[in-house]
Amino acid sequence: MNFIRFLKGSIRLVLHGTKLYYAWLFFLAILIIWGGFGYANQLQNGLITTNMRDSVSWAFYIGNFTFLVGIAAAAIMLVIPAYIYNWNPIKEIVIFGELLAVCAVIMSVAFIVVDIGNPLRFWHMLPLIGTMNFPYSMLSWDFFFLMAYLLINLIVVIHLLYSVFYKRDYNRKMVLAIVFISIPMAVGIHTVTAFLYNALPARPFWNSALLAPRFLASAFCSGPAILLILFQILRKITNFEIKDEAIWKIAELMVYAMFIYLFFTIAELFKEFYSDTEHILYWKYLLFGIGDNNEIVIYSWSSIIMGFIAFILLLIPKTRKNFVTLNIGAVLIYASVYVEKGIALIIPGFTPDVLGQIYVYTPSMTEIRTAVMIFSLGFLLFTFLVKIAIAIIFEDYNIDVINQKGEEKGQRNRF
Amino acid sequence: MKKDNSRRSFLKNISLASFSALALAGCNMKEIDEFLQKNFRVLSEKEKTDIIRSLEEKYKEKYDKEFHVSAKPAMEGVLFGYALDLSKCIGCRKCVYACSEENNQSREPQIQWIQVLQMEKEKGIDFAHSNIHYNPEKVPEEGYFYVPVQCQQCENPPCVKVCPVKATWKEPDGITVVDYNWCIGCRYCMAACPYGARHFNWGEPNVPAEEINTNMHYLGNRPRMKGVVEKCTFCIQRSREGKYPACVEICPVGARKFGNLLDPNSEIRYILENKRVLVLKQELNTQPKFYYFFGV
Repeated sequence: MNFIRFLKGSIRLVLHGTKLYYAWLFFLAILIIWGGFGYANQLQNGLITTNMRDSVSWAFYIGNFTFLVGIAAAAIMLVIPAYIYNWNPIKEIVIFGELLAVCAVIMSVAFIVVDIGNPLRFWHMLPLIGTMNFPYSMLSWDFFFLMAYLLINLIVVIHLLYSVFYKRDYNRKMVLAIVFISIPMAVGIHTVTAFLYNALPARPFWNSALLAPRFLASAFCSGPAILLILFQILRKITNFEIKDEAIWKIAELMVYAMFIYLFFTIAELFKEFYSDTEHILYWKYLLFGIGDNNEIVIYSWSSIIMGFIAFILLLIPKTRKNFVTLNIGAVLIYASVYVEKGIALIIPGFTPDVLGQIYVYTPSMTEIRTAVMIFSLGFLLFTFLVKIAIAIIFEDYNIDVINQKGEEKGQRNRF
Repeated sequence: MKKDNSRRSFLKNISLASFSALALAGCNMKEIDEFLQKNFRVLSEKEKTDIIRSLEEKYKEKYDKEFHVSAKPAMEGVLFGYALDLSKCIGCRKCVYACSEENNQSREPQIQWIQVLQMEKEKGIDFAHSNIHYNPEKVPEEGYFYVPVQCQQCENPPCVKVCPVKATWKEPDGITVVDYNWCIGCRYCMAACPYGARHFNWGEPNVPAEEINTNMHYLGNRPRMKGVVEKCTFCIQRSREGKYPACVEICPVGARKFGNLLDPNSEIRYILENKRVLVLKQELNTQPKFYYFFGV
């Protein structure tokens, strides 16, 4: 009963807002509908509406999935520095990090659902009613890890908000324990996702032990970028207090992550180019194209250039501490990692294919529309959750307010 | 007041009832049965027979022909092996089309289980410089040789290991098969296969009724559906009946050999013991049972 009132209160929050809020919802709704029709076309005619074919059998969808797992992982890993450096509002940082993680996991699973040929057969993968290939298939591990991660983040977030809503003390021990479990889990989901690609000797491009470390490093660039911007917005529109120093510290940590990522990538490139074996083909295709086939070169170099500019902007203290250049840097690194995971990670794994043939892949309109649909739905969910959290944490939206409103309404009815 | 309520709830109930009736009418019982069907390997013998009977009916309805769908298991003491004579193959692609017809591969969109690579004699076996789309007036071309590639029926198949739902597995006679009713279409197996042997039904597969092969095996050439993976099964519907795969029969130069690896007197054993034999991508430890050899 209490929980239902909490839910009702949350729904009321979601339904009411400023004009700007409604405009934002309207904008998202248009994107969802536009993307939804693209996805409907794919459901009807099959994955033939994508540009994937036997040679390049995974592409943009699975890249998006990988990117979002990274976002989900990094959102929680930000709790470590928040704890170590004692940034004051740790509870708030945990809540918004977890909300982001929840949305990112849901979106990543959605990308798997749109990628598989028979989404209705998803239950075949479940233990007991299906025949899950555990522990051999990395996909079954990934599924387990993602579900567990989603569950523990949901528990923490709901418990915290629920307690504040009812003006009770939250169970500090339990929350701390779960948060400390979720940190290694965050590392775990992204590592397992890297292992998905990593141990396929048929694909030399991914068959490098540095793949998982590179995943983690790049996630630590893109994930905090979102939170960094979100914290600034929250600071403006609520009484959320986070010091400039904390935001700069996040940016500084992102620079370390970028540097580590750069180092790993250079190590990988050195090994490949200096050994000059046949495995170099995939990197060549990514960076320079092979023969006339250079369609994905623009993706790889735009990712590299955006990444470098972001690195410089966040590295130099003067531009890091200027909020305009800081935010440009955050957006650029986010975009850079998105292109890197979405295209540059997956496509060279398949091009040239295992028999040496080149099939040129770039995403089809259906794939782009479906991705837009999932991202808009994800943003919608994130908007709702953040709005609820803001009201409960910063605007004293609690059970008393609901009761008061209920009384007013009751009185009005009586008259 | 109360009356109003009950009328409203009545309207609500009736619309709900009609909606669910419509939903049920939309999908018939057979579709529901098919949806709830279990993994082939956990089905009882009776369930298998029932499923096969209903499949035969379904195909008859669709193609207006009599069908025979077999679920014959592997024979004791048989492990199938294949050998291809690189010195003989002329790259005519007759095997490609015989395979497509025998195994009911979709014509449009086109699926082919055998891919023939044209390679330069100067370079040797080198995938990066091979060409799949060669199209001269006449084969073989001077300076080239040909390497047909199909499922290598690995003893250590990387595709089976990665499948998240156990929809593909290695049978006791060494053939790796797919349960098309269980495959979720994630295509992890295609990422894992080093030989490009697995093919996906990106669209609704289509075989003209007059060209359909009515002699089928459940784990082999029965019609596939949109969104599932398929692959060479050494013509399981033929080989388990003691016949050669279609590609072996059609080959005009006799480059293709097939037999039981466990039979010491078989032709395949003779080749392995007396010829210069190689397997593709040996370094990956997939242990193919598809051997390439030089007859001369």
